[in-house]
Amino acid sequence: MNRAVFAMVMALLVMPLAGPALGQDSMPPAPYAYNQLEDPQLEAEASALMHTLRCLKCQSQSIADSDAPMAGDMRHQVRSRILAGESPDQIRAWLIARYGDYVSYEPEISATTWPLFVIPVLVILIVAGVLLRRLGKRRTDEGEGA
Amino acid sequence: MQNRLWLWVPLALFAFFAGLAGYMLTQPKDQFVESTMIGEPLPEFALDPAFGGLPGAARADFVGGKPRLLNIWASWCLPCIAEAPQLETLKEQGVEIIGIAIRDRPEDVANFLARYGNPYTRIGSDRISEVQLAIGSSGVPETFVIDAGGVIRYQHIGDIREDDVPVLLAELEKAK
Repeated sequence: MNRAVFAMVMALLVMPLAGPALGQDSMPPAPYAYNQLEDPQLEAEASALMHTLRCLKCQSQSIADSDAPMAGDMRHQVRSRILAGESPDQIRAWLIARYGDYVSYEPEISATTWPLFVIPVLVILIVAGVLLRRLGKRRTDEGEGA
Repeated sequence: MQNRLWLWVPLALFAFFAGLAGYMLTQPKDQFVESTMIGEPLPEFALDPAFGGLPGAARADFVGGKPRLLNIWASWCLPCIAEAPQLETLKEQGVEIIGIAIRDRPEDVANFLARYGNPYTRIGSDRISEVQLAIGSSGVPETFVIDAGGVIRYQHIGDIREDDVPVLLAELEKAK
């Protein structure tokens, strides 16, 4: 009995893994999809960049975290471009020119995103202003009381 | 009394966001990542033939004469089977369709075309998705309208359904 339950639970756990295999190619991955660059310095640069680029097929993962074939092809692009002497910023800009800000996990201040940066600063300033006025008032009140 | 009502504001805000989150959970998630290359020139590329039957594809094949369709597809992609009849219709209307096969093998490409028809004049083999990435495409199938000057004018994401055919024909007309 226990075994049957265990088997069922395992089957349920494993089932989602079976889905993504449908409709995928059987091609070997691109040369730099799963191979690191020889130069550890360059590989570190590539790796840092790959952790901040969004996988387009599996949108809540970075391309460094994803096993999707397309993420592998994107890693190949990143590593081969780093090897060719491009800077991480150039590669990020190349991808943003093709997929928009969406492809980058690194926050960029742009025409649509500036309120995200400005509003918290405004809120902090307003709160600080209110606090200063209140505390200041209390102090003068105490002063008058004494 | 007037003041007391303000106390409910945070709770109301919380309820609003909780409700919004709950509502969004019930909505199907289909986020397409659109290419931001519309209006930009097609990047330079030259791909080998995807199989023995047709020549490969390069940027130069899109330049001159008339607007063309660039179809990103693959023999392993199920929706590509669904759009095959629509590509055939477009071909019959005189549209030139140049294919780019993503991560594909020559024998698989040949099998697919034998089974589902061949609407292409050329098919380039993109084994590492490099042209796909260069034009801002994030999946298969996708179809781009390229004008005679080699500029990307329109992107269709997903398989071409019957009612997408007139849209693509209109976009091709617009690109003239």
